[in-house]
Amino acid sequence: MSDIKITITDREGVAHEVDAPTDMNMNLMEVVRSYELAPEGTIGICGGMAMCASCQCYVQSNHQLPEKSDDEDAMLSEAFFVKDNSRLGCQIHITEDLDGLKVELAPAED
Amino acid sequence: MIKTDILIIGAGPTGLFAVFEAGLLQLKCHLIDALPQPGGQCSEIYPKKPIYDIPGYPEVLAGELVDNLMEQIKPFQPGFTLGERAETIEKQEDGSFVVTTNKGTQHQAPVVAIAGGLGSFEPRKPLLENLSKYEDNGVAYMIKEPEIYRNKKVLIAGGGDSALDWSIFLADVANEVTLVHRRNEFRGALDSVEKVQQLKNEGKINLITPAEVVALHGANQLEKVTVKNTDTDQDIDVEVDSFIPLFGLSPKLGPIANWGLEIEKNAIKVDNTLDYQTNVPGIYAIGDVNTYPGKLKLILCGFHEATLMCQSAYQRIHPDKKYVMKYTTVGGVTGFDGSKKEAPKAVVKAID
Repeated sequence: MSDIKITITDREGVAHEVDAPTDMNMNLMEVVRSYELAPEGTIGICGGMAMCASCQCYVQSNHQLPEKSDDEDAMLSEAFFVKDNSRLGCQIHITEDLDGLKVELAPAED
Repeated sequence: MIKTDILIIGAGPTGLFAVFEAGLLQLKCHLIDALPQPGGQCSEIYPKKPIYDIPGYPEVLAGELVDNLMEQIKPFQPGFTLGERAETIEKQEDGSFVVTTNKGTQHQAPVVAIAGGLGSFEPRKPLLENLSKYEDNGVAYMIKEPEIYRNKKVLIAGGGDSALDWSIFLADVANEVTLVHRRNEFRGALDSVEKVQQLKNEGKINLITPAEVVALHGANQLEKVTVKNTDTDQDIDVEVDSFIPLFGLSPKLGPIANWGLEIEKNAIKVDNTLDYQTNVPGIYAIGDVNTYPGKLKLILCGFHEATLMCQSAYQRIHPDKKYVMKYTTVGGVTGFDGSKKEAPKAVVKAID
């Protein structure tokens, strides 16, 4: 197992190419937090249970992502700033298939 | 004025356990929480989800953990101010603090422990122009007195349990109930979904899906809202007296951020080498609300922080008293309610 490259555009519009480990049971929200690309307390508020939309991001590359669960789908239906390519970062598990993934963080709700 | 020894802000697991540790030191506690029930996130967000890292519990549901904590602290008779948010704090001449809630309830204590987690849970507000103009003039985020909607035209937005349950309830009270949701599917208890279906069929609830409210109209009072069907992009205007968006709650640090405490990364800085005291002597911060080098937002860490905080609070309240920590196995637990739990004494008896 090795690291993959992910490009994450933060809420200020700055793109960061980061290494994400595939062997640490991490999800995209946790990767964002580990690199502190969004202020603590504004992302991953529910801890990764798909119960808030603070880790919402827009997927900009054509990667095949896992299907949305009912919980993720329902949460996104109540979130703000939702687009067709919106996903919850906490529901995207980091795997080797996601090498080169490009995402942009959705605005914070406030 | 409610008076106590330790005023705890936040009735989540950390705040609740602090009552127990304080009780062992014969200190009384009172808790304030913005939510209507104790338990914080555990009861509000994920009561049915399991937790696996509470020492001694291989698995426990968050809601069960709260029930157990409430049982554990019962002998120490904590007071609760629920459904109110701690708003201001004022230091008194005698060194104590007065904390006032948004509803004006006053509390006084020599020690304040902020166990506020991520903050107080506030309703999530939709992103609409003029929204604040109509707050209290037709727009409400929670329903406190359903009677004020009698014979009115009400529009509820949301797809969860509260949107469903209030639509059902108000169908009998209001003149007209419209329910708007972004999707055709609702996320709620099955019987609530079925009941709304039935009321829709009977013409008692006007259901508009998939749709969202996109504009509010009215001179001073809300008179009309524009609802956009997100499939067809068609706008329709609905005449209403009230618009109630029910999009759940999200935590905000809120007024605590203005209490003169040192804040870093949306959390309160504390002294983790000693007692989790903030930069204001007498005010402590424990659990998820605090930060220090190496901080982990775990319930089990909150329990530890609460325990050390209580020792420090004891010294602060009784500077002249000497105290040595005693194991509950040795000293038992003596409640303020007169109850006493203790380990059974060994018998000394000869064996023939």
